[in-house]
Amino acid sequence: MVQSTTTTDSIDWVTICALDAIAPNTGVNALVGTEQVAIFRIGPTDEVYATGNFDPFSNAFVMSRGILGDRQGVLKVASPIYKQNFDLKTGVCLDDETVSLPVYSVRVVNDQVQIGTSCQMRH
Amino acid sequence: MPNSKQTLVVVGNGMVGHRLLELMVAKGALDHWHLITFCEEPRVAYDRVHLSEYFVDKTAADLTLVEPGFYQDNGIRIYVGDRIVEIDRQQQRVTSANGVEIAYDRLVLATGSYPFVPPIKGNDTPGTFVYRTIDDLDAIKAYGAQSRVGVVVGGGLLGLECANALKSLGLDTHVVEFAPRLMPVQLDETGGDVLKEKIESLGVQVHTSKVTTEIVSENGKLVSMQFADETSLQTDMIVFSAGIRPRDELARSCGLQLGDRGGVVINEACQTSDPKIYAIGECALYQGRIFGLVAPGYQMAEVVSDQLLAGTTAQQFTGADMSTKLKLLGVDVASFGDNFAKTPGAKELAVTDTVAGTYKKLVVSADGKLLLGGILVGDAAAYGTLLQLMQNQMPLPTNPLSLLVPVSGGAAALTMDKLPDTAQICSCNNVSKGQLCETIREDGITDLPTLKKCTTAGTGCGGCVPLVKDILTSELKKAGVEVNNHLCEHFPYSRQELYHLLRVGEIKSFDALLAQYGTGYGCEICKPTVGSMLASSWNDYVLNTPHVGLQDTNDSFLANIQKDGTYSVIPRIPGGEITPEKLIVLGQVAQEFDLYTKITGAQRVDLFGARVDQLPLIWQRLVEAGFESGHAYGKALRTVKSCVGSTWCRFGVQDSTSLAIELELRYRGLRSPHKLKSAVSGCTRECAEAQGKDFGIIATENGWNLYVCGNGGMKPQHAILLATDLDKETLIKYLDRFLVFYIRTADKLERTSTWFNKLEGGLDYLKQVIIEDSLGIADELEAQMQYHVDTYQCEWKTTIETPEKVRRFSHFVNADAADPSLAYVQERGQKRPATEAERVVLNQSQDALTTPVQ
Ligand code: SRM
Ligand SMILES: Cc1cc2nc3c(=O)[nH]c(=O)nc-3n(C[C@H](O)[C@H](O)[C@H](O)COP(=O)(O)OP(=O)(O)OC[C@H]3O[C@@H](n4cnc5c(N)ncnc54)[C@H](O)[C@@H]3O)c2cc1C
Ligand code: SF4
Ligand code: FES
Repeated sequence: MVQSTTTTDSIDWVTICALDAIAPNTGVNALVGTEQVAIFRIGPTDEVYATGNFDPFSNAFVMSRGILGDRQGVLKVASPIYKQNFDLKTGVCLDDETVSLPVYSVRVVNDQVQIGTSCQMRH
Repeated sequence: MPNSKQTLVVVGNGMVGHRLLELMVAKGALDHWHLITFCEEPRVAYDRVHLSEYFVDKTAADLTLVEPGFYQDNGIRIYVGDRIVEIDRQQQRVTSANGVEIAYDRLVLATGSYPFVPPIKGNDTPGTFVYRTIDDLDAIKAYGAQSRVGVVVGGGLLGLECANALKSLGLDTHVVEFAPRLMPVQLDETGGDVLKEKIESLGVQVHTSKVTTEIVSENGKLVSMQFADETSLQTDMIVFSAGIRPRDELARSCGLQLGDRGGVVINEACQTSDPKIYAIGECALYQGRIFGLVAPGYQMAEVVSDQLLAGTTAQQFTGADMSTKLKLLGVDVASFGDNFAKTPGAKELAVTDTVAGTYKKLVVSADGKLLLGGILVGDAAAYGTLLQLMQNQMPLPTNPLSLLVPVSGGAAALTMDKLPDTAQICSCNNVSKGQLCETIREDGITDLPTLKKCTTAGTGCGGCVPLVKDILTSELKKAGVEVNNHLCEHFPYSRQELYHLLRVGEIKSFDALLAQYGTGYGCEICKPTVGSMLASSWNDYVLNTPHVGLQDTNDSFLANIQKDGTYSVIPRIPGGEITPEKLIVLGQVAQEFDLYTKITGAQRVDLFGARVDQLPLIWQRLVEAGFESGHAYGKALRTVKSCVGSTWCRFGVQDSTSLAIELELRYRGLRSPHKLKSAVSGCTRECAEAQGKDFGIIATENGWNLYVCGNGGMKPQHAILLATDLDKETLIKYLDRFLVFYIRTADKLERTSTWFNKLEGGLDYLKQVIIEDSLGIADELEAQMQYHVDTYQCEWKTTIETPEKVRRFSHFVNADAADPSLAYVQERGQKRPATEAERVVLNQSQDALTTPVQ
């Protein structure tokens, strides 16, 4: 059985881009393996989050182009097409809990943004 | 078991019959009853009370009372355009004109009434009408179109409303009343006189004490009417509005008990002399009285639904209040309670103001402590309060006349808290203060529209709306809820307040505004709103770092996003004028990037299906050819449409195309609370549809007429005329002022039409601000616009010249590939996005890149 909870140690970190390549309070879309991953930079301390770029409501790959913000303190991104909101940390849709985006590990090391990929995800 | 259900047949699908069915459904009757109704008119129940609005701005569809799907979804059978012609009480069976036969367990007569036409010679001549149904109004409208003069026979409530309608059709209008004054049932002599004077000042001739003896026609065409006093009146058409008579013909033929002068006799349970048959609404006679208003009819419907469902504990009908408040030809008239002071010892207090044309009378008890009734003409603002004082027998102030001076000051006005919970606030729908308060508390309602929807209060004649609003405000205050117009959870200010703070503090970024006046991180509501306010104030390039994250995706990629995540491109084509060379470039670009091409509804060309990474390349080509951003993506000026105007058109009186181009270039890029559209027409034929725009200009022999606050879209509204015969300089001055005033004061996503509708003081106020500069801000408004004009830049030109900005347009931050998920098929020689089904087929040949991660 493959372990379902990955620890930091078992994650491979892939460098995507410099933090500067993401304008403050916006997102970019990255190609990670074969997947489209939306990476967001938010807030005065440049927190970063990553979710799938696929918008389950419009079926288009657009999440990275959504507006960032918070609802009652929960950091979120609004789909640019029909405006549903998703929790950046969990990926859960705040307007319909039955829907969620996949979330990815993401970190900034030496001003480089890295996405964590598990062996499972890379096949 | 469906067969154990009983059958209820409702004869008549008017206001009251329909209300009964709604109540039955709401009270869960469908488990026990089959509901069937016959509707004689060719359309289902509609709002007869607001019938006259059909002449103003309402369509038959607007007037309907039936929620879409109401009959189908609830399994109610309705026979539209069919009427019951026979009731067999022995067999408990009804038969319709179309031959439908139905057995009933209970039958309800809700057949309403018909207009009384006095027995005058010639009363059936073509050109004579009555005023009761939409069909009647259609007939009046059609005939009115070819008439010059119209007469209404009857100076009561309905007659005056009808006169208003004739006037609105542009007819020279007269009212002929048999009694010595107008509205003899509701008004006393002074009240009638004041009303008559007011109405005559509006251009409607009033003839009282006139008995019509003959209607004269020549060659089959109505020409005049003859009166008993030997005088006569020339006219082309006549509408009878001389009272109503109950439609009791069915009841009569099946032998139910009727009143001496007609009407189906009912008891407290609204039962007729046959207990299986009920009668409600205007056909019913209770204690010798017909109730010609909708509220008592609704009460009867309530009683019957209760009788059928609750049995013995049911409510009873005990008569109804006939107080009324109306606006007749724009004149407020109200009459309530013991209006003629018939109570023994009653005293009258009256104030007549012949200058303002108002008359207000109170009838008070002998000891001066209680209000018994009253009459208000010309200003009925106090009606709601007075009615409550009377109905709840609340003590009067020592000087009752203080109740009649304008109530807005509120000194003498009644505070909502003093009203008992049982006070009936909405008489049309029988909603009490207690019910309103309970709904506000339990459903956490904070706005008037929701409260109206949840309680139905205020949805009838609308007369109680001010009271409903007061109750809402007072309840919310008590609950400590502030009725807020805050932008969102991040800013405890309205857009208008924030705009002011931003300008006064010269705040130039969202973060600075948030730090000073807000909390949290912001959201998709406040960010674009503030982005727009910053842009209209300081006109910075919207993709600059502090602003880019504020923009909706359309603004942040300077194009309209499509459902598949690609974009459409609309270059500006000022005034719709374009050279053949430029047209060719558009064609070439579309060909080269394989873009679906369409002429838009606003005189320009849209190129669809551009991938985000293609946008800068496309714009490179367009900018080289002299195009600039069309801002079709922004809440900004869109287009100034134009007609061809005097340069080519044989009717044109001014050069509309040149003006349109000039205006479009002046206001291009102007960001505003919502999009702004405009048009210029070269003559009154109005080919550019300027009267449907946020600002529209129509040429006259002497200059330009300026219209503002019009709108197509979801709720079309005609623009209003702000100023006439302007020269171009003045026109532009007014436009600058108007646009900046709107930008500063409107709410987020509020078009000019909605903004105007909420503007206190309406057109007069707008004229004062824009033309007379009553606020003394005209210079400031003009300066703000001039700043915009001077600092304009084409966002696309700036973008393609800034490599760092161009990089944002790649689909992947770390790869050159395009979005691999896009899929197209061909249709009519161009591409279009594949449907889900088509994608499945196309996808089979593609790799896993296109499938989302699960
Ligand atoms: C392209 C066009 C339709 C066409 O093929 O002709 C169009 C397309 C859209 N319109 Fe429109 N409107 C277009 C002319 C109109 C017109 C006609 C006109 O401008 O003369 C109207 C009615 C006039 C008016 O606005 O007063 C119109 C009333 C609307 C409305 C309703 C606005 C309202 O106040 O009720 C919306 C919704 C909104 O803005 O919130 C809307 C919104 C939209 C959006 C932006 C919807 C969206 O958010 O995706 C559409 C973008 C389509 C796309 O994918 O690019 N569109 N839209 C037209 C572009 C005109 C242009 O050259 O800029
Ligand atoms: C212009 C105008 C303005 C008004 N303004 C006000 C106002 O401001 N305030 C107010 O309270 N009231 C007002 N009224 C009065 C109000 O409209 C009526 O009180 C209300 O419509 C009565 O409802 P009802 O259901 O009894 O009758 P109706 O609404 O007339 O409905 C009766 C329906 O039954 C149908 N019918 C009759 N016989 C049969 C049959 N045998 N088979 C099938 N169908 C049949 C009729 O065709 C009709 O559609 C106004 C009326 C008019 C005409
Ligand atoms: S009418 Fe609706 S569907 Fe058509 S273009 Fe406008 S917004 Fe799109
Ligand atoms: S009293 Fe008529 S709507 Fe409330």
